[in-house]
Amino acid sequence: MQGLNISGKSIIVTGGASGIGEATVRLAALAGAKVTIADLNVEAGVRLVKHLQEQGCAVQFIRTDISDEQQVQDMVALALKTFGRLDGAFNNAGVAGFNQSNLGADEPAKFSALPLDVYRRVQEVNVVGTFICMKHEIIAMLQTGGGAIVNTASFSGIFASPGAADYVASKHAVIGLTKSAALDYATQNIRVNAVLPGAIRTPMLDMVFKSDGRNKLLAAAHPNGRLGEPEEIAQAALWLLSDAASLITGISMSADGGLSMI
Amino acid sequence: MRQESLDKKSLIITGGASGIGEAAVVLAARAGARVTIADINQAAGEALVTRLTAEGHTVQFICVNIGREADVKAMVDAAVSAYGRLDGAFNNAAIVGFTQSGKHEKQLKFAEIPTDAFRHGMDINATGTFLCIRYEIEAMLASGGGSIVNTSSMAGILAIPNAPDYIASKHAVIGLTKAAALDYATQNIRVNAVLPGVIRTQMLQAAIEADPGIEQWAANVHPIKRLGEPHEVAHAALWLLSDAASLITGISLPVDGGYSMV
Repeated sequence: MQGLNISGKSIIVTGGASGIGEATVRLAALAGAKVTIADLNVEAGVRLVKHLQEQGCAVQFIRTDISDEQQVQDMVALALKTFGRLDGAFNNAGVAGFNQSNLGADEPAKFSALPLDVYRRVQEVNVVGTFICMKHEIIAMLQTGGGAIVNTASFSGIFASPGAADYVASKHAVIGLTKSAALDYATQNIRVNAVLPGAIRTPMLDMVFKSDGRNKLLAAAHPNGRLGEPEEIAQAALWLLSDAASLITGISMSADGGLSMI
Repeated sequence: MRQESLDKKSLIITGGASGIGEAAVVLAARAGARVTIADINQAAGEALVTRLTAEGHTVQFICVNIGREADVKAMVDAAVSAYGRLDGAFNNAAIVGFTQSGKHEKQLKFAEIPTDAFRHGMDINATGTFLCIRYEIEAMLASGGGSIVNTSSMAGILAIPNAPDYIASKHAVIGLTKAAALDYATQNIRVNAVLPGVIRTQMLQAAIEADPGIEQWAANVHPIKRLGEPHEVAHAALWLLSDAASLITGISLPVDGGYSMV
């Protein structure tokens, strides 16, 4: 079988400096992909580039706020300029909801207590930002005959969790964006899919659930009894980006130790 | 990066002598897996073994009707006896619906399907798959775990015309998948389903002969406007069987060119 063949492909990974994005960058770069890393965290991004370049990988970093269209255009332009084309994109950058960020109080705010400006900011980054990324990636991919896109939705893209209307609505919307783009470009060799992680051991999760005790409760909620590792989502995302997934478009792939089946 | 490593794994593939199953057998054997091919078509199964053995691969054939418990037990015993263990199984054997089988000239709606034909469809596609899962799990537990993939269908989540037997049985396969995934989630056994759209197989050819309109209908209803190829589903199944999918259990993975999103 052809294995996970992404060697030589030009790929953008947003939110690529930490967590799931970083794991994806590492796997992709070490497999021979040419990776454009986009993130807000310049220090972590530059460090990752240096580390991977020392191992002979073709990687570059660009500071990108995905909700700023000019910055997203610059991101795509840089990938094209350096690597000549764009074959794949993993739109993984996102922010946690109000109660799940350090903005929230100890007692979770329910739906009607969520501050509107925070709600809008979560939609602006997770939904509008992902839309902007997809839009400019698709324009670039059409120039060279097609490509594949994977968006990071979430378990929260198909189910609710308490006090998380902002995050839940935004991740449901990411699935809507995924299907819409998949349909509009299905005959133009562009595939668009979503991965739906359960709780993954990342810096974002550490921020959301500060105490180890909560992490244990969270692990127990998954049928397989553990948190996921960033590399496990990276494997799913990169497989969907690869040509092995040539018949797969518009799907939502849960990678959550069985959480979404119960 | 970690490949879809199937090297040296002992796999069972049912319905392995033609179509999607045959494509999976060929890909898995060439990736170094030791494959037990189960099928009701002895001539085709033995021809495939001859071909792959000549290429230097480790495969064996056993004639199996998955609706017969003794056959299924013998199949699992053959895999364990020849290769020492069972690491993975692709339960892919199935029959088409009564209307699609060409045994009847007229398209039969729900209430016109003979009860015996309905029962036969459920016996093979659902109960037969149950039997396979059951004995495979027993063998896997004896050697620390494994991974199972069942072939459901887009008819496992949606309806198609004149096929109550096929639709009910393929919905049931998804239920079996989730039930087994949950019961063994903490014992290192993953169970998932692939949901093919319309794939160019011998089974489809029989359906086209029964109703020539099916081919044009099938290409048109898929957003990518083409039929799928057997190897495209095989890639998805083998990826789910591999360790790269370690966080994925209980899912239904459409491999359908976008059919199920519209």
